[in-house]
Amino acid sequence: MNIHEYQAKQLFQNYAIPIPEGRVATTAIEAEKISQELTHESWVVKAQIHAGGRGKVGGVKVAKTPDDVFTFTHELLGTRLVTKQTDCVGLPIDSVLIEKTYPIKRELYLSLLVERSAERLVFVASAAGGMEIETLAHEMPEQIITVTIHPATGLQASHCRRIAFALKIERAQQTQLETIMRGMVELFLAKDASQIEINPLIETENGELIALDAKINFDDNALALHSDILALRDVRQEEVKENGAQQFGLNYIALDGNIGCMVNGAGLAMATMDLVKSKGGFPANFLDVGGGTNVEKVCEAFKLILADGSVKAVLVNIFGGIVKCDVIAQGILAAMAQIEVNVPVVVRLEGTNAEQGRVLLTDTNFKLYAANDLNQAAEQVVAFAEAAE
Amino acid sequence: MSILIDKNTRVICQGFTGKQGTFHSQQALDYGTKLVGGVTPERGGATHLGLPVFNTVDDAVKNTGATATVIYVPPFFAADAILEAVDAGIELIVCITEGIPTLQMLRVKAAMQGTKSLLIGANCPGIITPDECKIGIMPASIHKSGVIGIVSRSGTLTYESVHQTTQQALGQSTCVGIGGDPIHGMNFIDVLRLFQADSKTKGIVMVGEIGGSDEEAAAEYIKAHVTKPVVAYIAGQTAPAGKRMGHAGAIVTGGKGTAESKMNALRAAGVEVVNALTSIGVAMQRCL
Repeated sequence: MNIHEYQAKQLFQNYAIPIPEGRVATTAIEAEKISQELTHESWVVKAQIHAGGRGKVGGVKVAKTPDDVFTFTHELLGTRLVTKQTDCVGLPIDSVLIEKTYPIKRELYLSLLVERSAERLVFVASAAGGMEIETLAHEMPEQIITVTIHPATGLQASHCRRIAFALKIERAQQTQLETIMRGMVELFLAKDASQIEINPLIETENGELIALDAKINFDDNALALHSDILALRDVRQEEVKENGAQQFGLNYIALDGNIGCMVNGAGLAMATMDLVKSKGGFPANFLDVGGGTNVEKVCEAFKLILADGSVKAVLVNIFGGIVKCDVIAQGILAAMAQIEVNVPVVVRLEGTNAEQGRVLLTDTNFKLYAANDLNQAAEQVVAFAEAAE
Repeated sequence: MSILIDKNTRVICQGFTGKQGTFHSQQALDYGTKLVGGVTPERGGATHLGLPVFNTVDDAVKNTGATATVIYVPPFFAADAILEAVDAGIELIVCITEGIPTLQMLRVKAAMQGTKSLLIGANCPGIITPDECKIGIMPASIHKSGVIGIVSRSGTLTYESVHQTTQQALGQSTCVGIGGDPIHGMNFIDVLRLFQADSKTKGIVMVGEIGGSDEEAAAEYIKAHVTKPVVAYIAGQTAPAGKRMGHAGAIVTGGKGTAESKMNALRAAGVEVVNALTSIGVAMQRCL
């Protein structure tokens, strides 16, 4: 789960990580008032959305007067911001963060994440902050330093020293860096984060280190342990259909093709997309209905798929294991009787009692086609989709 | 021969009297697995499915001589269950549970270093040696005793591979689902090493998916140490980027994690990489 920058900064504050002075606003009047209260010569107005790359598309603006703060906020609120990291629809701007500006001497990069193959927490740091870390990794990989933390011993002073020397942080600021790194580790462990990123971490002309931006992702598997974090969720920043799917134990990701896919198992769902594409078709979605497929789940899955107007044909690919294929076939028939499906549906059933399942799906009153194998099913559904376009 | 489990493996079940534990334990018994008891705290002394229930794994091991355990407890109790099995000296721990927090697995893996326990999973279908021992949630009927070793990160793709190798009349020596979590127990290399050493295994099917760099590491291992034919399939060739992986995550692994990177690495290692899921069985037959 992602949270907003202003929420991440509030968490930073609880863990002694220095952040700019500022507050969040949901109206232009409120924003103007905040800028007046934070007496200063200029302020930054930052659109709060769950994506990076805001600065390049006008989502971050510097205001010289409280009037400007009002105007910029007024322009941003209620619109959607499209950045390199969003889709073409963008994300809604419901709030802005108003902060004092700081005299920046240089910009650094610091993040903490779980490194899968090492099975450890790893700090990633670079003296070339501000730019996207992917770009940096591509163009100047030698500028990136990583430091690995062992779960039994935790953060050591030597870890902080290594990063301090690599980033050429002066002795006077090394304690500040250590406080920030310690705060990041404590926050990460206490709240089951999956990534904490500060980009940029600035060094001001006055020699202070401040987290100018803040991004935190949390481990979805641990959210039930942290009601405070769950309360920070902003569903308006998430794909509506992906949320709807979650309620029914379905895992749905929208894509831009015209062939709806309904599959059991995440691996098989990916493999089905791959196969559809290799046959010249375009999947409209990734949809894992999970194990223990029942009528209700199949109904909801059909509704989700068909809500996408571009879907011209549906491929149902189920490997029946513990749940037998004839039972799944009955579920599909019951679901199709309950909801109106007016595009062709190709079904591939394999596994236990597959033949009985196929017989049940043959000669029905629906536009239903039982394929003999997965290759045939993929070819057939691609042909249907092409014919409909 | 087979790897890790055979008809003599004595297995217990943690979370024995729960719904999942009960259902899959009955299936295992029907298959002929030597299930010798189970663990449910506060239910020690009871009998379930005709087998003794113990309060602790330690009790279960002392009374039954079990060397393997299968875990069906809810996600927030699973790390504790794994560590309890490690403490009791269980050699093979199979954790089916899905949804364990990553940081808990990170600590569990660190704690397991230096112990004799092996972990399969979590978030996996389990392990089966056809006609001998089934530990997990895989459907029994599709398996056939034979010569192909299967190792996979995905449950349903393991079943597809099993089904295809059964159709080709090759059968399976042992099938291992290593699980879909970012931090998990045995990895591809651990299982490949065992298949290479197993006299019954004539060929290996390896099924990977996008994310992480386990497949790339496996490719290097295969190149250096595996002489048996390997057929590989990687799911997610057309998956949209960035849906699940964090930005900085892609960095530390050095740009690894795409299906393309994995397929290239495996091809360079001499592995027969198939583009389509449906070609696994045929390709395996051809490579033998």
